[in-house]
Amino acid sequence: MANKDSIGKTLGVALLLCIVCSVVVSTAAVKLRPLQQINKDIDRKRNILLAAGMYEKGQSVDEQFAAIDTRLVDLQSGQFVEGDPSSFDQRKAAKDPSRSIKLSGSEDIAKISRRENKALVYIVEGDNGELDKLILPVHGYGLWSTLYGFVALEDDLNTVAGLGFYDHAETPGLGGEVDNPRWKAIWPGKQVYKNGEVELALKKGTVSQGETNASYRVDGLAGATLTSRGVTNLVQFWLGENGFQPFLENYKRGDA
Amino acid sequence: MSVDAKKTLLSPIFDNNPIALQILGICSALAVTTSLQTTFVMCIALTAVCAFSNLFVSVVRKHIPNSIRIIVQMIIIASLVIVVDQILKAVAYDISKQLSVFVGLIITNCIVMGRAEAYAMKNPPWPSFLDGVGNGLGYSIVLLAVGFFRELFGAGKLFGYEILSLSNEGGWYVANGMMLLPPSAFFLIGFFIWVLRSAKTEQVEEEEFKITQNSTLREAL
Repeated sequence: MANKDSIGKTLGVALLLCIVCSVVVSTAAVKLRPLQQINKDIDRKRNILLAAGMYEKGQSVDEQFAAIDTRLVDLQSGQFVEGDPSSFDQRKAAKDPSRSIKLSGSEDIAKISRRENKALVYIVEGDNGELDKLILPVHGYGLWSTLYGFVALEDDLNTVAGLGFYDHAETPGLGGEVDNPRWKAIWPGKQVYKNGEVELALKKGTVSQGETNASYRVDGLAGATLTSRGVTNLVQFWLGENGFQPFLENYKRGDA
Repeated sequence: MSVDAKKTLLSPIFDNNPIALQILGICSALAVTTSLQTTFVMCIALTAVCAFSNLFVSVVRKHIPNSIRIIVQMIIIASLVIVVDQILKAVAYDISKQLSVFVGLIITNCIVMGRAEAYAMKNPPWPSFLDGVGNGLGYSIVLLAVGFFRELFGAGKLFGYEILSLSNEGGWYVANGMMLLPPSAFFLIGFFIWVLRSAKTEQVEEEEFKITQNSTLREAL
Protein backbone atom coordinates (compact mmCIF):
# COMPACT_ATOMS: atom_id res chain seq x y z
CA MET A 1 0.00 0.00 0.00
CA ALA A 2 1.31 3.41 -0.90
CA ASN A 3 1.98 5.87 1.84
CA LYS A 4 -1.41 7.08 2.95
CA ASP A 5 -0.16 10.61 3.49
CA SER A 6 1.10 11.10 -0.06
CA ILE A 7 -0.51 13.89 -2.07
CA GLY A 8 -1.97 11.48 -4.60
CA LYS A 9 -3.57 9.36 -1.93
CA THR A 10 -4.91 12.40 -0.08
CA LEU A 11 -6.57 13.74 -3.19
CA GLY A 12 -7.82 10.30 -4.14
CA VAL A 13 -9.42 9.64 -0.76
CA ALA A 14 -11.00 13.09 -0.66
CA LEU A 15 -12.42 12.72 -4.16
CA LEU A 16 -13.72 9.21 -3.66
CA LEU A 17 -15.29 10.01 -0.31
CA CYS A 18 -17.02 13.08 -1.69
CA ILE A 19 -18.46 11.10 -4.59
CA VAL A 20 -19.71 8.30 -2.35
CA CYS A 21 -21.24 10.70 0.16
CA SER A 22 -22.90 12.88 -2.45
CA VAL A 23 -24.43 9.83 -4.09
CA VAL A 24 -25.78 8.64 -0.74
CA VAL A 25 -27.17 12.06 0.19
CA SER A 26 -28.77 12.75 -3.17
CA THR A 27 -30.28 9.27 -3.34
CA ALA A 28 -31.88 9.77 0.06
CA ALA A 29 -33.14 13.22 -0.90
CA VAL A 30 -34.59 12.13 -4.24
CA LYS A 31 -36.13 8.90 -2.98
CA LEU A 32 -37.79 10.54 0.01
CA ARG A 33 -38.97 13.68 -1.80
CA PRO A 34 -42.44 12.36 -2.73
CA LEU A 35 -43.15 11.27 0.84
CA GLN A 36 -42.00 14.62 2.20
CA GLN A 37 -44.12 16.50 -0.31
CA ILE A 38 -47.18 14.53 0.75
CA ASN A 39 -46.46 15.28 4.40
CA LYS A 40 -46.06 18.96 3.72
CA ASP A 41 -49.26 19.07 1.73
CA ILE A 42 -51.23 17.25 4.40
CA ASP A 43 -49.83 19.56 7.04
CA ARG A 44 -50.87 22.66 5.12
CA LYS A 45 -54.35 21.29 4.41
CA ARG A 46 -54.82 20.29 8.01
CA ASN A 47 -53.95 23.79 9.11
CA ILE A 48 -56.43 25.28 6.69
CA LEU A 49 -59.10 22.98 8.10
CA LEU A 50 -58.02 23.80 11.64
CA ALA A 51 -58.23 27.53 11.02
CA ALA A 52 -61.76 27.10 9.75
CA GLY A 53 -62.63 24.92 12.71
CA MET A 54 -63.56 22.08 10.39
CA TYR A 55 -60.86 19.57 11.24
CA GLU A 56 -62.02 16.23 12.58
CA LYS A 57 -59.31 14.12 14.12
CA GLY A 58 -58.97 10.62 12.76
CA GLN A 59 -60.52 11.33 9.39
CA SER A 60 -58.51 11.61 6.24
CA VAL A 61 -57.29 15.15 5.67
CA ASP A 62 -57.61 14.84 1.91
CA GLU A 63 -61.22 13.73 2.17
CA GLN A 64 -62.11 16.62 4.42
CA PHE A 65 -60.23 19.02 2.21
CA ALA A 66 -62.25 17.95 -0.82
CA ALA A 67 -65.05 20.26 0.35
CA ILE A 68 -62.78 23.27 -0.08
CA ASP A 69 -62.41 25.13 -3.36
CA THR A 70 -58.97 26.71 -3.87
CA ARG A 71 -58.77 29.80 -6.10
CA LEU A 72 -56.10 32.30 -7.10
CA VAL A 73 -56.69 35.98 -6.44
CA ASP A 74 -54.89 39.05 -7.72
CA LEU A 75 -54.38 41.17 -4.63
CA GLN A 76 -54.03 44.48 -6.47
CA SER A 77 -57.30 44.32 -8.37
CA GLY A 78 -59.06 42.00 -5.96
CA GLN A 79 -60.26 39.73 -8.79
CA PHE A 80 -60.05 36.00 -9.24
CA VAL A 81 -57.44 35.09 -11.84
CA GLU A 82 -56.84 32.01 -13.90
CA GLY A 83 -54.08 29.66 -12.91
CA ASP A 84 -53.45 26.32 -11.36
CA PRO A 85 -53.69 26.70 -7.56
CA SER A 86 -52.08 23.33 -6.89
CA SER A 87 -48.79 24.33 -8.50
CA PHE A 88 -48.75 27.87 -7.12
CA ASP A 89 -46.19 28.32 -4.38
CA GLN A 90 -47.18 31.48 -2.57
CA ARG A 91 -44.09 31.66 -0.39
CA LYS A 92 -41.84 31.45 -3.42
CA ALA A 93 -43.90 34.09 -5.21
CA ALA A 94 -43.47 36.47 -2.30
CA LYS A 95 -39.69 36.32 -2.72
CA ASP A 96 -39.63 36.55 -6.52
CA PRO A 97 -39.23 40.22 -7.60
CA SER A 98 -41.16 39.60 -10.81
CA ARG A 99 -44.17 38.21 -8.98
CA SER A 100 -44.26 40.50 -5.95
CA ILE A 101 -44.15 44.18 -5.09
CA LYS A 102 -41.90 46.02 -2.69
CA LEU A 103 -43.74 47.54 0.23
CA SER A 104 -42.81 50.97 1.48
CA GLY A 105 -42.05 51.41 5.16
CA SER A 106 -45.44 52.78 6.11
CA GLU A 107 -47.33 50.11 4.17
CA ASP A 108 -45.24 47.28 5.50
CA ILE A 109 -46.73 46.99 8.96
CA ALA A 110 -46.35 43.21 8.99
CA LYS A 111 -42.59 43.56 8.24
CA ILE A 112 -42.63 41.23 5.25
CA SER A 113 -40.83 43.71 2.88
CA ARG A 114 -42.33 42.14 -0.27
CA ARG A 115 -45.89 41.13 -0.98
CA GLU A 116 -46.82 38.59 -3.62
CA ASN A 117 -49.08 39.77 -6.45
CA LYS A 118 -51.29 36.72 -6.34
CA ALA A 119 -52.55 34.83 -3.34
CA LEU A 120 -54.50 31.66 -2.74
CA VAL A 121 -57.89 31.76 -1.10
CA TYR A 122 -59.83 28.77 0.12
CA ILE A 123 -63.58 28.81 -0.26
CA VAL A 124 -65.83 26.55 1.77
CA GLU A 125 -69.26 26.25 0.21
CA GLY A 126 -72.47 25.31 1.96
CA ASP A 127 -74.93 22.70 0.73
CA ASN A 128 -76.52 25.00 -1.84
CA GLY A 129 -73.30 26.38 -3.23
CA GLU A 130 -73.47 29.56 -1.18
CA LEU A 131 -70.41 30.84 0.66
CA ASP A 132 -69.93 29.28 4.07
CA LYS A 133 -66.39 30.26 5.02
CA LEU A 134 -63.48 31.98 3.38
CA ILE A 135 -59.95 31.08 4.46
CA LEU A 136 -57.08 33.46 3.77
CA PRO A 137 -53.35 32.81 4.11
CA VAL A 138 -51.52 35.38 6.23
CA HIS A 139 -47.97 35.93 7.34
CA GLY A 140 -45.95 38.52 9.21
CA TYR A 141 -43.07 39.02 11.57
CA GLY A 142 -43.39 38.31 15.29
CA LEU A 143 -40.46 38.47 17.68
CA TRP A 144 -37.98 35.95 16.22
CA SER A 145 -39.62 34.64 13.14
CA THR A 146 -42.17 35.06 10.40
CA LEU A 147 -45.47 33.53 11.45
CA TYR A 148 -47.36 31.75 8.68
CA GLY A 149 -50.99 30.97 9.19
CA PHE A 150 -54.57 31.23 8.07
CA VAL A 151 -57.50 33.43 9.01
CA ALA A 152 -60.97 32.09 8.34
CA LEU A 153 -63.91 34.44 7.87
CA GLU A 154 -67.63 33.69 8.13
CA ASP A 155 -69.97 34.25 5.18
CA ASP A 156 -70.47 37.94 6.05
CA LEU A 157 -66.71 38.40 5.45
CA ASN A 158 -66.54 40.45 8.61
CA THR A 159 -66.69 37.86 11.37
CA VAL A 160 -63.67 35.75 12.22
CA ALA A 161 -64.32 32.02 12.06
CA GLY A 162 -60.89 31.03 13.28
CA LEU A 163 -57.18 31.59 13.10
CA GLY A 164 -54.13 29.37 13.28
CA PHE A 165 -50.43 29.39 12.52
CA TYR A 166 -48.63 26.46 10.97
CA ASP A 167 -45.10 27.74 10.88
CA HIS A 168 -43.29 30.00 13.32
CA ALA A 169 -40.35 29.95 15.72
CA GLU A 170 -41.58 32.10 18.61
CA THR A 171 -40.48 31.37 22.18
CA PRO A 172 -42.13 28.18 23.43
CA GLY A 173 -44.42 28.92 26.36
CA LEU A 174 -44.57 32.66 25.60
CA GLY A 175 -44.97 33.72 21.98
CA GLY A 176 -45.37 30.05 21.10
CA GLU A 177 -48.72 30.21 22.85
CA VAL A 178 -50.16 31.41 19.53
CA ASP A 179 -50.71 27.66 19.12
CA ASN A 180 -52.63 27.35 22.39
CA PRO A 181 -56.10 26.05 21.54
CA ARG A 182 -57.63 28.07 24.36
CA TRP A 183 -56.25 31.29 22.96
CA LYS A 184 -57.27 30.40 19.43
CA ALA A 185 -60.78 29.73 20.73
CA ILE A 186 -61.13 33.44 21.57
CA TRP A 187 -60.98 34.41 17.90
CA PRO A 188 -64.20 33.01 16.42
CA GLY A 189 -66.95 35.62 16.50
CA LYS A 190 -64.67 38.66 16.58
CA GLN A 191 -65.42 41.43 14.11
CA VAL A 192 -62.87 42.73 11.61
CA TYR A 193 -63.98 45.98 9.94
CA LYS A 194 -65.29 49.16 11.50
CA ASN A 195 -66.15 52.00 9.07
CA GLY A 196 -64.11 50.29 6.35
CA GLU A 197 -60.95 50.05 8.46
CA VAL A 198 -59.52 46.96 10.11
CA GLU A 199 -60.24 47.42 13.78
CA LEU A 200 -59.46 43.87 14.90
CA ALA A 201 -56.41 43.85 17.17
CA LEU A 202 -54.83 42.21 20.18
CA LYS A 203 -54.95 44.05 23.46
CA LYS A 204 -52.67 43.89 26.45
CA GLY A 205 -54.40 41.85 29.14
CA THR A 206 -57.85 40.37 29.03
CA VAL A 207 -60.75 41.87 27.11
CA SER A 208 -63.68 42.63 29.41
CA GLN A 209 -67.23 42.24 28.21
CA GLY A 210 -68.39 45.87 28.49
CA GLU A 211 -65.43 47.79 27.10
CA THR A 212 -65.57 49.76 23.86
CA ASN A 213 -64.77 47.74 20.77
CA ALA A 214 -64.84 44.55 22.82
CA SER A 215 -65.96 42.60 19.77
CA TYR A 216 -62.87 43.85 17.89
CA ARG A 217 -60.37 42.96 20.59
CA VAL A 218 -58.57 39.72 21.39
CA ASP A 219 -56.62 38.99 24.57
CA GLY A 220 -52.91 39.57 24.14
CA LEU A 221 -50.50 36.76 24.95
CA ALA A 222 -49.06 37.10 28.44
CA GLY A 223 -45.30 37.61 28.36
CA ALA A 224 -45.26 37.96 24.59
CA THR A 225 -45.84 41.63 23.83
CA LEU A 226 -43.87 41.62 20.60
CA THR A 227 -45.42 38.43 19.25
CA SER A 228 -48.86 39.86 20.10
CA ARG A 229 -48.00 43.06 18.28
CA GLY A 230 -46.81 40.99 15.33
CA VAL A 231 -50.09 39.09 15.20
CA THR A 232 -52.06 42.36 15.29
CA ASN A 233 -49.90 43.76 12.50
CA LEU A 234 -50.19 40.78 10.25
CA VAL A 235 -53.94 40.56 10.70
CA GLN A 236 -54.31 44.27 10.00
CA PHE A 237 -52.02 44.07 6.98
CA TRP A 238 -53.59 41.07 5.31
CA LEU A 239 -57.16 42.14 5.94
CA GLY A 240 -56.30 45.74 5.04
CA GLU A 241 -56.12 47.58 1.73
CA ASN A 242 -52.73 46.13 0.74
CA GLY A 243 -53.93 42.65 1.61
CA PHE A 244 -57.25 41.03 0.91
CA GLN A 245 -59.59 43.98 1.49
CA PRO A 246 -60.09 44.85 -2.21
CA PHE A 247 -60.85 41.22 -2.94
CA LEU A 248 -63.21 40.89 0.01
CA GLU A 249 -65.16 43.97 -1.09
CA ASN A 250 -65.43 42.72 -4.66
CA TYR A 251 -66.42 39.29 -3.49
CA LYS A 252 -69.12 40.66 -1.23
CA ARG A 253 -70.59 42.61 -4.14
CA GLY A 254 -70.36 39.48 -6.26
CA ASP A 255 -68.01 40.76 -8.94
CA ALA A 256 -64.71 39.20 -7.99
CA MET B 1 -21.14 -10.50 23.83
CA SER B 2 -17.64 -10.38 25.19
CA VAL B 3 -16.78 -8.46 28.34
CA ASP B 4 -14.87 -5.85 26.36
CA ALA B 5 -17.74 -5.21 23.97
CA LYS B 6 -20.14 -4.89 26.85
CA LYS B 7 -17.88 -2.41 28.55
CA THR B 8 -17.52 -0.38 25.36
CA LEU B 9 -21.28 -0.26 25.04
CA LEU B 10 -22.25 0.39 28.64
CA SER B 11 -19.49 2.43 30.20
CA PRO B 12 -20.44 5.71 28.44
CA ILE B 13 -23.86 5.57 30.07
CA PHE B 14 -22.81 6.33 33.65
CA ASP B 15 -19.07 5.72 34.10
CA ASN B 16 -17.89 7.84 31.23
CA ASN B 17 -20.94 9.83 30.27
CA PRO B 18 -20.18 12.22 27.39
CA ILE B 19 -22.33 14.99 28.84
CA ALA B 20 -21.87 14.52 32.57
CA LEU B 21 -18.17 13.63 32.69
CA GLN B 22 -16.75 15.06 29.49
CA ILE B 23 -19.21 17.99 29.34
CA LEU B 24 -19.61 17.60 25.58
CA GLY B 25 -22.62 18.17 23.42
CA ILE B 26 -24.72 20.15 25.84
CA CYS B 27 -25.75 22.68 23.18
CA SER B 28 -28.57 20.54 21.85
CA ALA B 29 -29.42 19.43 25.39
CA LEU B 30 -30.58 22.99 25.98
CA ALA B 31 -32.55 23.35 22.82
CA VAL B 32 -34.58 20.22 22.26
CA THR B 33 -35.52 19.16 25.78
CA THR B 34 -38.69 21.21 26.25
CA SER B 35 -40.80 18.16 25.49
CA LEU B 36 -40.04 14.46 25.84
CA GLN B 37 -41.29 13.55 22.41
CA THR B 38 -38.85 15.78 20.56
CA THR B 39 -36.11 14.79 23.00
CA PHE B 40 -36.73 11.15 22.28
CA VAL B 41 -36.52 11.57 18.53
CA MET B 42 -33.40 13.71 18.89
CA CYS B 43 -31.78 10.98 21.00
CA ILE B 44 -32.54 8.33 18.41
CA ALA B 45 -31.20 10.59 15.66
CA LEU B 46 -27.99 11.35 17.52
CA THR B 47 -27.41 7.73 18.54
CA ALA B 48 -27.86 6.59 14.96
CA VAL B 49 -25.52 9.24 13.60
CA CYS B 50 -22.91 8.59 16.27
CA ALA B 51 -22.99 4.83 15.77
CA PHE B 52 -22.82 4.89 12.00
CA SER B 53 -20.27 7.67 11.76
CA ASN B 54 -18.05 5.68 14.10
CA LEU B 55 -18.61 2.59 11.98
CA PHE B 56 -17.79 4.23 8.65
CA VAL B 57 -14.86 6.23 9.99
CA SER B 58 -13.47 3.05 11.47
CA VAL B 59 -13.93 1.14 8.21
CA VAL B 60 -11.86 3.65 6.27
CA ARG B 61 -9.53 4.62 9.13
CA LYS B 62 -6.47 3.00 7.57
CA HIS B 63 -6.92 4.99 4.38
CA ILE B 64 -7.64 8.39 5.87
CA PRO B 65 -4.69 10.70 5.26
CA ASN B 66 -3.67 12.40 8.46
CA SER B 67 -3.75 15.89 7.02
CA ILE B 68 -7.43 15.80 6.11
CA ARG B 69 -8.76 13.41 8.72
CA ILE B 70 -11.05 15.91 10.45
CA ILE B 71 -12.55 16.93 7.11
CA VAL B 72 -13.09 13.30 6.18
CA GLN B 73 -14.87 12.68 9.48
CA MET B 74 -16.98 15.80 8.98
CA ILE B 75 -18.04 14.69 5.50
CA ILE B 76 -19.14 11.31 6.79
CA ILE B 77 -20.99 12.83 9.74
CA ALA B 78 -22.61 15.55 7.64
CA SER B 79 -23.84 13.05 5.06
CA LEU B 80 -25.35 10.87 7.75
CA VAL B 81 -27.05 13.83 9.37
CA ILE B 82 -28.60 14.92 6.09
CA VAL B 83 -29.88 11.39 5.49
CA VAL B 84 -31.37 11.26 9.00
CA ASP B 85 -32.96 14.68 8.49
CA GLN B 86 -34.48 13.59 5.19
CA ILE B 87 -35.85 10.40 6.73
CA LEU B 88 -37.40 12.33 9.62
CA LYS B 89 -39.04 14.74 7.20
CA ALA B 90 -40.50 11.80 5.32
CA VAL B 91 -41.76 9.64 8.18
CA ALA B 92 -42.16 11.91 11.22
CA TYR B 93 -43.00 15.26 9.69
CA ASP B 94 -44.55 16.90 12.76
CA ILE B 95 -41.60 16.10 14.97
CA SER B 96 -39.06 17.09 12.37
CA LYS B 97 -40.84 20.44 12.20
CA GLN B 98 -40.41 20.90 15.94
CA LEU B 99 -36.77 19.83 15.87
CA SER B 100 -36.23 22.09 12.86
CA VAL B 101 -32.63 23.15 12.72
CA PHE B 102 -31.38 21.02 15.59
CA VAL B 103 -31.20 17.79 13.62
CA GLY B 104 -28.90 19.59 11.20
CA LEU B 105 -26.84 20.79 14.12
CA ILE B 106 -25.97 17.21 15.07
CA ILE B 107 -23.15 17.79 12.56
CA THR B 108 -21.48 20.10 15.02
CA ASN B 109 -22.26 17.98 18.06
CA CYS B 110 -19.00 17.52 19.89
CA ILE B 111 -19.85 13.98 20.97
CA VAL B 112 -20.10 12.65 17.43
CA MET B 113 -16.84 14.21 16.30
CA GLY B 114 -15.15 13.45 19.57
CA ARG B 115 -15.89 9.74 19.33
CA ALA B 116 -14.91 9.58 15.66
CA GLU B 117 -11.58 11.21 16.37
CA ALA B 118 -10.82 9.59 19.73
CA TYR B 119 -12.16 6.08 19.25
CA ALA B 120 -13.09 5.15 15.71
CA MET B 121 -9.76 6.28 14.24
CA LYS B 122 -7.95 3.72 16.38
CA ASN B 123 -10.35 0.78 16.73
CA PRO B 124 -11.93 -1.83 14.46
CA PRO B 125 -15.45 -1.25 13.08
CA TRP B 126 -17.53 -3.39 15.45
CA PRO B 127 -16.22 -1.95 18.74
CA SER B 128 -16.44 1.52 17.19
CA PHE B 129 -20.06 0.94 16.33
CA LEU B 130 -20.77 -0.17 19.90
CA ASP B 131 -18.90 2.82 21.24
CA GLY B 132 -21.07 5.08 19.11
CA VAL B 133 -24.26 3.43 20.35
CA GLY B 134 -23.02 3.62 23.94
CA ASN B 135 -22.20 7.30 23.72
CA GLY B 136 -25.50 7.97 22.04
CA LEU B 137 -27.21 6.23 24.95
CA GLY B 138 -25.16 8.22 27.44
CA TYR B 139 -26.31 11.40 25.73
CA SER B 140 -29.87 10.10 25.60
CA ILE B 141 -30.11 9.32 29.29
CA VAL B 142 -29.11 12.86 30.26
CA LEU B 143 -31.40 14.40 27.68
CA LEU B 144 -34.35 12.26 28.67
CA ALA B 145 -33.83 13.11 32.33
CA VAL B 146 -33.67 16.82 31.51
CA GLY B 147 -36.64 16.55 29.16
CA PHE B 148 -38.66 14.70 31.80
CA PHE B 149 -38.29 17.49 34.35
CA ARG B 150 -38.67 20.30 31.87
CA GLU B 151 -41.86 18.99 30.34
CA LEU B 152 -43.35 17.90 33.66
CA PHE B 153 -42.75 21.15 35.51
CA GLY B 154 -42.85 23.49 32.53
CA ALA B 155 -45.96 22.20 30.81
CA GLY B 156 -47.44 19.71 33.30
CA LYS B 157 -47.24 16.94 30.71
CA LEU B 158 -45.24 13.88 29.78
CA PHE B 159 -45.07 12.84 26.13
CA GLY B 160 -47.91 15.31 25.60
CA TYR B 161 -50.23 13.62 28.12
CA GLU B 162 -51.40 15.80 30.96
CA ILE B 163 -50.00 14.82 34.37
CA LEU B 164 -50.40 18.02 36.37
CA SER B 165 -53.51 20.03 35.52
CA LEU B 166 -52.44 23.55 34.66
CA SER B 167 -53.88 26.59 36.38
CA ASN B 168 -54.46 28.46 33.12
CA GLU B 169 -56.62 25.56 32.02
CA GLY B 170 -58.59 25.40 35.23
CA GLY B 171 -56.31 23.10 37.25
CA TRP B 172 -54.12 23.63 40.29
CA TYR B 173 -50.58 23.59 38.94
CA VAL B 174 -48.94 26.91 38.05
CA ALA B 175 -46.53 26.08 35.25
CA ASN B 176 -42.93 27.08 35.79
CA GLY B 177 -42.21 29.10 32.65
CA MET B 178 -38.48 29.09 33.26
CA MET B 179 -38.45 25.33 32.74
CA LEU B 180 -39.31 25.95 29.11
CA LEU B 181 -36.42 28.34 28.62
CA PRO B 182 -32.86 27.15 27.92
CA PRO B 183 -31.27 28.12 31.27
CA SER B 184 -33.31 25.52 33.13
CA ALA B 185 -31.53 22.78 31.18
CA PHE B 186 -28.22 24.12 32.51
CA PHE B 187 -29.46 23.82 36.08
CA LEU B 188 -30.86 20.35 35.50
CA ILE B 189 -27.66 19.10 33.87
CA GLY B 190 -25.80 20.59 36.82
CA PHE B 191 -28.00 18.66 39.25
CA PHE B 192 -27.56 15.50 37.18
CA ILE B 193 -23.78 15.83 37.34
CA TRP B 194 -23.95 16.53 41.07
CA VAL B 195 -26.01 13.40 41.74
CA LEU B 196 -23.83 11.27 39.48
CA ARG B 197 -20.60 12.44 41.08
CA SER B 198 -21.98 12.00 44.57
CA ALA B 199 -22.71 8.39 43.71
CA LYS B 200 -19.50 7.80 41.78
CA THR B 201 -16.94 9.85 43.65
CA GLU B 202 -14.10 8.79 41.34
CA GLN B 203 -15.57 11.18 38.75
CA VAL B 204 -14.95 14.20 40.94
CA GLU B 205 -12.17 16.25 39.43
CA GLU B 206 -9.18 17.25 41.48
CA GLU B 207 -9.17 20.86 42.47
CA GLU B 208 -6.86 22.93 40.38
CA PHE B 209 -5.76 25.01 43.32
CA LYS B 210 -6.34 24.94 47.03
CA ILE B 211 -7.82 27.80 48.95
CA THR B 212 -5.58 28.53 51.93
CA GLN B 213 -7.08 28.82 55.35
CA ASN B 214 -8.12 32.15 56.72
CA SER B 215 -5.45 33.70 58.86
CA THR B 216 -6.04 33.15 62.54
CA LEU B 217 -6.30 35.89 65.11
CA ARG B 218 -2.85 35.20 66.48
CA GLU B 219 -1.23 35.50 63.03
CA ALA B 220 -2.99 38.76 62.37
CA LEU B 221 -1.62 40.29 65.48
